[in-house]
Amino acid sequence: MALDFAKGITEIRWHGRGGQGVVTSNQMLGKSALTEGNYIQAFPEFGPERTGAPVRAFLRISKNPIQIYAQVYHPDVVVCIDPTLLEVVNPVEGLKEDGVLVLNTTKTPEEIREKYGFKGGKVVTVDASKIAMDILGRPFYNMPTLAAVIKATEIVELKTAIETVLERYPGKVGDLNKAAMERAAEEAKIG
Amino acid sequence: MTAVKKIPKDDVVIEGLTGDAAIAHALKQCDVDVLAAYPITPQTIIVEDFQKFAADGEVKTKVIPVESEHSAMSACVGASAAGARVATATASAGLALMWEILYCAASMRMPIVLTIANRALSAPINIHNDHSDSYGARDSGFIQIYTQSCQEAYDTTIMAFKIAEDHDVLLPIMVCIDGFILSHNVERVEMLPDDAVADFLGIREPVQPLDPNNPITMGPLALTDYYFEFKEQQDRAIKNVPDIFKRVEAEFEKMTGRSYGMFETHKTEDADIIILTHSTAGGTAKVVADTLREQGEKVGVVRLRMFRPFPSEEIAEVVKNAKAVAVFEKCLSFGGAGNPLAMELRTALYHLAERPMVTDFVIGLGGRDVPPTTFVEGYEKTKEYLKKGEAPSYETLGVRK
Repeated sequence: MALDFAKGITEIRWHGRGGQGVVTSNQMLGKSALTEGNYIQAFPEFGPERTGAPVRAFLRISKNPIQIYAQVYHPDVVVCIDPTLLEVVNPVEGLKEDGVLVLNTTKTPEEIREKYGFKGGKVVTVDASKIAMDILGRPFYNMPTLAAVIKATEIVELKTAIETVLERYPGKVGDLNKAAMERAAEEAKIG
Repeated sequence: MTAVKKIPKDDVVIEGLTGDAAIAHALKQCDVDVLAAYPITPQTIIVEDFQKFAADGEVKTKVIPVESEHSAMSACVGASAAGARVATATASAGLALMWEILYCAASMRMPIVLTIANRALSAPINIHNDHSDSYGARDSGFIQIYTQSCQEAYDTTIMAFKIAEDHDVLLPIMVCIDGFILSHNVERVEMLPDDAVADFLGIREPVQPLDPNNPITMGPLALTDYYFEFKEQQDRAIKNVPDIFKRVEAEFEKMTGRSYGMFETHKTEDADIIILTHSTAGGTAKVVADTLREQGEKVGVVRLRMFRPFPSEEIAEVVKNAKAVAVFEKCLSFGGAGNPLAMELRTALYHLAERPMVTDFVIGLGGRDVPPTTFVEGYEKTKEYLKKGEAPSYETLGVRK
């Protein structure tokens, strides 16, 4: 029997490429959970920082202090913010059967389930690339994808996450991200 | 000394901080007079954040951006000799380059706080965590404390000044966090109000500072006539550390409700097998113990904090009734009679008529992840060795062989 070393902890794994802001969006979600009274660990998997190389980031959220310090091997939630990575990494690797898969893609949840043979849990898709280009005019799709994560998991309130982002990016950048997040939360498809 | 008061909950600021940032914030509140440092991954954020505080006028500290770690520690020694409260930060090769001056700092009795984000030594170049760097400095005369969480790193950094500057100690102190695993991990940190930290620490009272009006010479030369006496005094000073450490922690606990001890015990009382480890691995080990306990296994954990001075008697007392102690450590002592942590433990147990078996597992070198399953593997091996009645002196876990 597999032992569960993460009882009471929600574990999230992010996939992205160096420079796309996956570490930041992971921290924004972590800090939002902190604001709502949780204990957190938000940490990236480090290598030499290379723009464009696949990177991962991890988040643990719990009502109690978190004692475990290791990578996340069996996440409750997997997020991939870059559609081109889906040909490189296997996002469902280690994902719990009742887990949540959140992807920035033009595909539908049904197509994604088909592609990865993922039957349980939830699949959430959002065209965060288009939203980012429409609103921010640049391919910053980490925050809209974050909004889709929140819609699917309800792990924090969207309002809290937007406030966290606005605090980190006061002014125009924050406002545009807020708009992108709100639209992503609306458009994200759960299936 | 002002009486320490419990800090009201509303005065505590809660923030998400990395281990490095938590230490930088602590240093900011400790009213450091001089900080001399050279950047090296993964402690970089400590100095970067501190430089920002200095540039923004949030601290009055004289920050000296030196050209090497050798110079960083040299500048720290000079400033400390002049009576300043002094801190620096380093890791890995940076600590190695400080080597010569580490011994000067300790022998000249300079209460410098050296924060370390533990990182492997070259070659090959590796930026990730193990404890080869600071274990190597175990005989330098520095006090060494290893921390598990960002909160503990923050708290320990504050307490470190008070321990080091105590006139019964007057020794430099290393506060260690695991590189990347903690240094770049955002956790919930409760921060004290500035004035509470200021009251807790007070102002450093140097015993015999450099003073242009009363010139003295420090640490120049002592040959066969007096060198040995210096070492004798240094040895006495480090033996005073546990008492002062306990007093400082007791005061800190009054203020915050938090204290950590020279080591933390977790479910050790009736344990057949006790895991001994430290830093972030100590956290994971506790989770493993909790999980195995649910399966009926009698396992506990000693999470060491103070490696120098090593709390031999206290640890022997805690583990003496166990059947085995399984040591998990992130350092190899090539060709040694034992690896650093197991060697300390075996020495601490030697005087007992009946000793627990000691197994030793080397894990996580160069940042190799240490998942809970690595602890389970070592635990199962230890059970097997107990059955056989013998164990290898050490083995490596989680490596391709």
